[in-house]
Formats: sequence, C-alpha cells, structure tokens
Amino acid sequence: MPIPTMLDYEFMRTAFAAGAIVALVAAAVGYFLVLRQLVFAGHALSHVGFAGATGAALIGVAPLWGLLAFTLAAAMAMGLLGERLNGRDVAVGIVLALALGLGVLFLSLTKRHATQATILLFGNVFAVDVHTVWVLLGLGGIGLGALAVVSRPLLFATLAPELAQAKGVSLRGVSVAFLAIVAVAVALTAQVVGVLLVFALMVAPAAAALKLTTRIGAGVALAAGLAVCETWAGIALAYATDWPATVWIVLLSTAFYLLSANVQGAVARRRAHRT
Amino acid sequence: MQEAIELDHVVLARGGRTVLSDLSATIHPGEFIGIFGPNGAGKSTLLHGLLGLLPPAAGSISVFGAAPARVNRSVGYLPQKRGPVADLHVRGRDFVACALHGERWGVPRLGKAGRMEVDRAIDLVEATPLAGRALSSLSGGELQRLLLAQALLGRPRLLLLDEPLISLDPRHVRSVVALVKRLQKEMALTVLFTAHELNPLLEAMDRVLYLGRGQGALGTVDEVMTSAVLSRLYGTSIDVLRVDGRVVVLSGQGVVDADAHSHDA
Repeated sequence: MPIPTMLDYEFMRTAFAAGAIVALVAAAVGYFLVLRQLVFAGHALSHVGFAGATGAALIGVAPLWGLLAFTLAAAMAMGLLGERLNGRDVAVGIVLALALGLGVLFLSLTKRHATQATILLFGNVFAVDVHTVWVLLGLGGIGLGALAVVSRPLLFATLAPELAQAKGVSLRGVSVAFLAIVAVAVALTAQVVGVLLVFALMVAPAAAALKLTTRIGAGVALAAGLAVCETWAGIALAYATDWPATVWIVLLSTAFYLLSANVQGAVARRRAHRT
Repeated sequence: MQEAIELDHVVLARGGRTVLSDLSATIHPGEFIGIFGPNGAGKSTLLHGLLGLLPPAAGSISVFGAAPARVNRSVGYLPQKRGPVADLHVRGRDFVACALHGERWGVPRLGKAGRMEVDRAIDLVEATPLAGRALSSLSGGELQRLLLAQALLGRPRLLLLDEPLISLDPRHVRSVVALVKRLQKEMALTVLFTAHELNPLLEAMDRVLYLGRGQGALGTVDEVMTSAVLSRLYGTSIDVLRVDGRVVVLSGQGVVDADAHSHDA
C-alpha cells in the first residue's frame, strides 16, 4: 500500500483550492490598496467584519455572510464620507473598538464561542469545506471581475486624481466601488488567515511587489503569484509541522516583504554608487 | 478665424464666493498667455471654468467655438495639485499612460496605437530617459515633464497649465518654460500658463492676463504691467519698476509677486 501524500486528503485539497482563490483576490485588490495608501481602511474593514461574523453566527447564519454584509456596509460609509475621513483617526479608531466590542458581545451570547472566536480572528484554512470553496470561487470571481471593470479609472484616479476629475472620472464613485471590492476581498481573506491577519495576504505581497517592480501590470501579477506561493507553502508547512497554517503564511509573507525591501535598497544603493 | 477662447462677461463663483465677477477676454489660437494675480484672484478657478468643471454663474465661455465640456480632446490640462505620485515606486511611463483614456471602463490595456501615443507624448517633453525610472526617484522638474506629457496625450490644441513652476528651482524653471515655448511653436498650441512670478515668462509669453478683485486685464506686458492697471486690480497703490529688463511690482508694503510657494484658490 503506497504511503498517502498530503493531496490524498480532501481537507488538504480544499485548503489548497481555497487558499489559492483567496490569495489571488487579496493580492490583486491589495496592490491597489497599497497604491492608494488605504491600508488603514482595509484594517478597519476587517475589524468591523468581526462584529458581522459573530452576529451572523448568533442568528445561525454562516459567519462569511455576516462578515460580508458588515464590511460592505462599512466600505460604503467610508467611501461616501471620503475626504472627511482624512485626519479622523480618532473617530475611525473608536468605531473599530466599538465593532470589536460588539463582536465580543455577540460571541458571548453564543454557546461555542471559544473555537468560533479563534477561527474568526486567526482563520483556519483546514476548516473550509467543499461547499465554501465554491462560495469563495463565486465571490472571488465577482470581486476580481469588478476590479477589472473599474481598474482603468481606478488607476487614473489614484495616480492623477485632479486630472482624472477634469476628464470626467467621479473620484467618489471610484472610491466607493473600490472599497466595496476591498470589503469582498477582506471577507474572503478572513476565511484563510482570520480578520486580524488579513494584512498578511492583502498588504505584504502587494507591498513586496511594489518594491520589486515599478511596472503596474507586472506588480499586480507578482503580488498575486507571491500570495499564492506563500499561502500554498504555508499550508504545506502546517501539514508537516502541525503549526497553524496562518502562522506560516504570516511568517512567509513577512520574511518575503523584508527580503524585497532589502533587495530594493541594495539596487538603489548600487545605482546611486554608479552615478 | 475661430478664436481659441472667448470670455463674455463671465462670472465664476465657488463655494458661495464670487471669484471672478466680470471677465471678458478673447485669446487667439497659438497665443502664449501668462496668467498672474494675487492669491485667490481666480487663476485656477478660471482654468476650471475653461475645463467645464465650473459652469459660469453668468456670461458665457467658449473654447474653440463651443461650450467647455469635460471630455474635450482639444484641451490638455496640468493641474496644480499633483496627488501622491512623488512617493510612488511606479515607473514614469505607467504614470503617463494611466491618463490615456483613463476615464473609460475596463482593464488599462493600451493597444499599439495607445503605446505609440504615450511614447510620442514622452518624447515630446524629452522625458524618454525618465520613463523607466520610479516616480519616487524623480526631481520636481522631472516630474513636471511627465505631467506635461500627460497633458499632451490625445494631441490637444489648447494647454491649460496651472502653476507648473511651483516649487521648482531656477534652473528647472527655465527648462520648463523653454520646453512649453518650444511645444507651443512646433505644434501651434494655445497656452494658458498660470504663475506667481512674471519674470520667468517674460520672453515666452505673447500677452499677460492679470487677475485681481474679480476683474482682469489682458494685453501685452507694456499695456498691463503699469501702475494704473495694477493699482485698479489690487485696489491699492501699486508701483511697477523695470530693472535690467525685469519687472518688479511694489505695493506700499514691499515686493508683491515674489511668493512662489503660496497656493491659490
């Protein structure tokens, strides 16, 4: 009888599939998030999502839908408030704390709150079932499709906002549409690494790609490739070591970001030396 | 011959405040017009009116015989505020390219014609060596060239340049002015160029539009830069001196047009 490999187990196959879908969406959306300097907004959305997820569990709905509903609502509000949110760190911080507090309340009202909380906060890619993989695939397709449709005006509005406005691009419309896409990406990413660590897949690969290439198309592709590799490697290492996959994904994405920052620094120093 | 710009008793208001109260002017095709005036005199506001971003509260604006429209291929624009680009690790070429039909939906693929148009605009402003470099590594003057390349996409006949000299050192000021002058001549462009200081543009411009107190005066440097005209526009006694071919504007308090770092409404 042959020794079973990790791909012989269904939970491993679903983990790899779910991880790939989520990593692709998170990294592609994350590239624009970093470019638009909206990293804090992404963080805020994931915290608000925690309250939605625990609330959904309380009323017997899958946490993913509660997460999605809350992140989408918060994204709309942030997009509509727009410029008025600038410099309102205190207000945003208080809303974050309130959302997490509500999440704790909803958790305490449900029975099995300890495991539920750990999964929501830190993710467990091995707990994803086949049905959820299809849901992730559908939502991921919607998110990436919407990103593709708005990417041209989004890029214009991000890099040259005044000129874009003069050419008829609605900056607020682009902002609301993009934050809604971020909300979907956050809800998906939380399924793999949890609401507290969505940055590991949304921000770190995108930031590394922005350090390694100045080409936008290549940057998006590189971020997506990095995120998928880090996620798959994390899942395989979790299988081998029994540490949670989330830990490995976070470690790998952090290590790769630091590496890419050093590579960029070295290249810049060499160029400066030559001239 | 069709005029490039015709302003007929134009009133422009912003945020409940009347910025330009009665401006009439005619600008001919191919003219290089320098636009000056104190802070808040309405230099940027006038350009927004010409772009169709701000409809006139009264009077009429005509650009090449038509009312201003937002998506107008014949107008190229260089805005005063530059956004966050100076910190980004994105190459110059992608920055210029994002403005080519950036208002359309879909994935920003350029196609062959689009790539040639981007190359042409970058070549026109002599920025080919900058196209492969990250925006974060460029100087203010180099960035200004790329912004000018964005304004030239789609072969406009009219260029609206809002404070392109702001925060540039004197060497870059000269090179940007020389570049715009060369483009204006080679491509028969009409250029409206706002600035805080008159002297860097003395040689380049054909006429001056000086704004103040909601009014404006359009004419040659000799016609506009006089004590009588500027005293009317500032609402206070102004002296105009000529020193070594340069123009110095003095109010009771001191030199007037030397604050190149202030921002306008």
